[in-house]
Amino acid sequence: MKPLLQLPLLKRALKPALASPVCNILVNRHSSHFTYFPDTVPESSGETQRLNLFQSINNALDTALSTDNTAVVFGEDVGFGGVFRCTIGLQDKYGKDRVFNTPLCEQGIAGFAIGVAVAGATAIPEIQFADYIFPAFDQIVNEAAKYRYRSGNIFDCGNLTFRAPCGAVGHGALYHSQSPEAYFAHTPGLKVVIPRGPIKAKGLLLSCIRDNNPCIFLEPKVLYRSAVEMVPTKDYTMPLSSADVLVEGEDVTLLAWGTQVHVLREVAELARQQLNVSCEVIDLVTILPWDTETVFNSVKKTGRLIIAHEAPITNGFGAELAAAVQSECFLHLEAPIERVCGFDTPFPHIFEPFYLPDKWRCFSAVKKILKY
Amino acid sequence: ISSCFNIFFSSRVFQKRALATFLTSVRRNGTVSEASFETQLYKLHLLEEPPSATATCTRDEALLFYHQMQIVRRMESASSNLYKEKAIRGFCHLYSGQEAICVGIKAALRPQDSVITAYRDHGWAYVMGCSVVGIMAELTGRAQGVARGKGGSMHMYTKNFYGGNGIVGAQVPVGAGVALANKYLENGGINVALYGDGAANQGQLFEAYNMAKLMNLPSVFICENNGYGMGTSIDRAAASTNYYTRGNYVPGIWIDGMDVLSVREAIKYCVDYCTSGKGPLVLEVATYRYHGHSMSDPGTSYRTRDEIQEVRQTRDPIMLFKEHIVGADLVTADELKVRNVPLPQQE
Repeated sequence: MKPLLQLPLLKRALKPALASPVCNILVNRHSSHFTYFPDTVPESSGETQRLNLFQSINNALDTALSTDNTAVVFGEDVGFGGVFRCTIGLQDKYGKDRVFNTPLCEQGIAGFAIGVAVAGATAIPEIQFADYIFPAFDQIVNEAAKYRYRSGNIFDCGNLTFRAPCGAVGHGALYHSQSPEAYFAHTPGLKVVIPRGPIKAKGLLLSCIRDNNPCIFLEPKVLYRSAVEMVPTKDYTMPLSSADVLVEGEDVTLLAWGTQVHVLREVAELARQQLNVSCEVIDLVTILPWDTETVFNSVKKTGRLIIAHEAPITNGFGAELAAAVQSECFLHLEAPIERVCGFDTPFPHIFEPFYLPDKWRCFSAVKKILKY
Repeated sequence: ISSCFNIFFSSRVFQKRALATFLTSVRRNGTVSEASFETQLYKLHLLEEPPSATATCTRDEALLFYHQMQIVRRMESASSNLYKEKAIRGFCHLYSGQEAICVGIKAALRPQDSVITAYRDHGWAYVMGCSVVGIMAELTGRAQGVARGKGGSMHMYTKNFYGGNGIVGAQVPVGAGVALANKYLENGGINVALYGDGAANQGQLFEAYNMAKLMNLPSVFICENNGYGMGTSIDRAAASTNYYTRGNYVPGIWIDGMDVLSVREAIKYCVDYCTSGKGPLVLEVATYRYHGHSMSDPGTSYRTRDEIQEVRQTRDPIMLFKEHIVGADLVTADELKVRNVPLPQQE
């Protein structure tokens, strides 16, 4: 039996494509579109251990389960550790009554989680990929977000934190790469949080779990293994709705969250080296409610703002930021606000490298905004 | 001999199967032109009459079904290798072990019938008319692919084949909608909406069953039960694993999915049932997949290698079919070797 690729017809069809330079790029396309910039913590944080993103999330969940005996973790395949290993070892440690699998039904998982939270236990459901969260959208938006308001605070599901992996991963295509933060940012009553690395993730996840509002914690899946930092071993939280200024600058404000923060840090470096321009890089951290003060102060200082996100540009969260900033900082702006985002198409399969707001597109936006 | 093959492989003969002479004369190589087989047992839910207990298979059908199943099997093996070489990226869900389902179902469908399935769709794309080159090109993201390289493994489409869908269970209400369109357009077509045992627990399926029964749609909902929803065995996911009864008030049939002729007879029954205005059916086809859920899953952490081997050795659909057709003298073992059988015309 001949291997399929040796069939003359198939060979003829694929041969010209296989030889082309574009194909070489595609074949070598396992390198990611960003360089990871690790955070560090001061000595006063105590003992640290080297963890990647999924390990730090695992650590946070372990801490949550041990400090809150009403906490339960559930979702598809979480029992054996989850498809990204975030829940590894938890079922063995805490038992099947606290860490358990659900069938394949996101709407059911969400509704179930809301019920658990409303009754007073701490629910930490996992949606296997953020792309699958849409069957649960009604439950999250109509039930979870509005529970406290519509019951006059008799009931609330503050004990609820959804976790879902989001974002581009290099080969995810339409349904394993989406960033749905904009859909949820449009819902008052929710909190939406996206970490940029392991240290932030542990603190933010514990904050979300302990926060008295339903939270959606979106984890950039491409960082699960590639983001490695020395994470404090103690139980710590990080403030929600507080943006981080990672690099101070005078000329342009670069604003993003999740993986995109690392892209912008590289762009800031390029700008410094090639254009002699100092960029201020801000990680928004919490999408809803977002830290208006930090962003407005930065834009009032620099006068120029570039927002970057993977999600499609039209009505992406950058649109909200741009509208709010121009309203508040109009007279301080030296140039129109630039948004470097994914294009208005479904997340592509083969065209991913062209779709993402990579460092070259962002750098180009820096040059454009300076020239205005 | 080969000139006889070419005559029998012309597509016109397949469509006019009923007119083929029922010759029982023995050929020079000792084969007969037709044989009858017993179908596997069917289990029924809210139905009195089962599908036919016997299936007739002509020599041409035997060669076609065998060939189609082999092509699907080899295409999936090739995809597996290409994925490991990183020529195929993204996700790749392989159909090996389940070939009898797509071949058997397609054999009973008519040109006006449509199919919609989930992401384990390479075999379906092939039987519904996509070329192997088109499928491989789509997998590798080339412009010659069936979706111009924009969809990849999970998104293959062709006439009357609505894909190729990534979100689990989402294709089932869409299939019910296609059935409604068929009814509305009065084209006599039925829609076959396939899903897996994992998807069988999605809420939107029950919404689709209800609408189909309420509106009396020509819809056949088929659960390809391969025992595992990704890594979760059916007992750990479903309160009731009798997927053919999950339609509750919708009649159902359980079929052995490793026997291509049993599958074909069941679908013939469904075509008659739906086109005579009796409404939808929920089928469960018991099958097995050799590979993991996708290429990211080795497939051995939630089941033993022994289990996989056992199915391969005792219940492999291609092997079983070969035994049937060689045993009935429809074909000789030699003819089934790839190099002797010329590629048939694609219909």
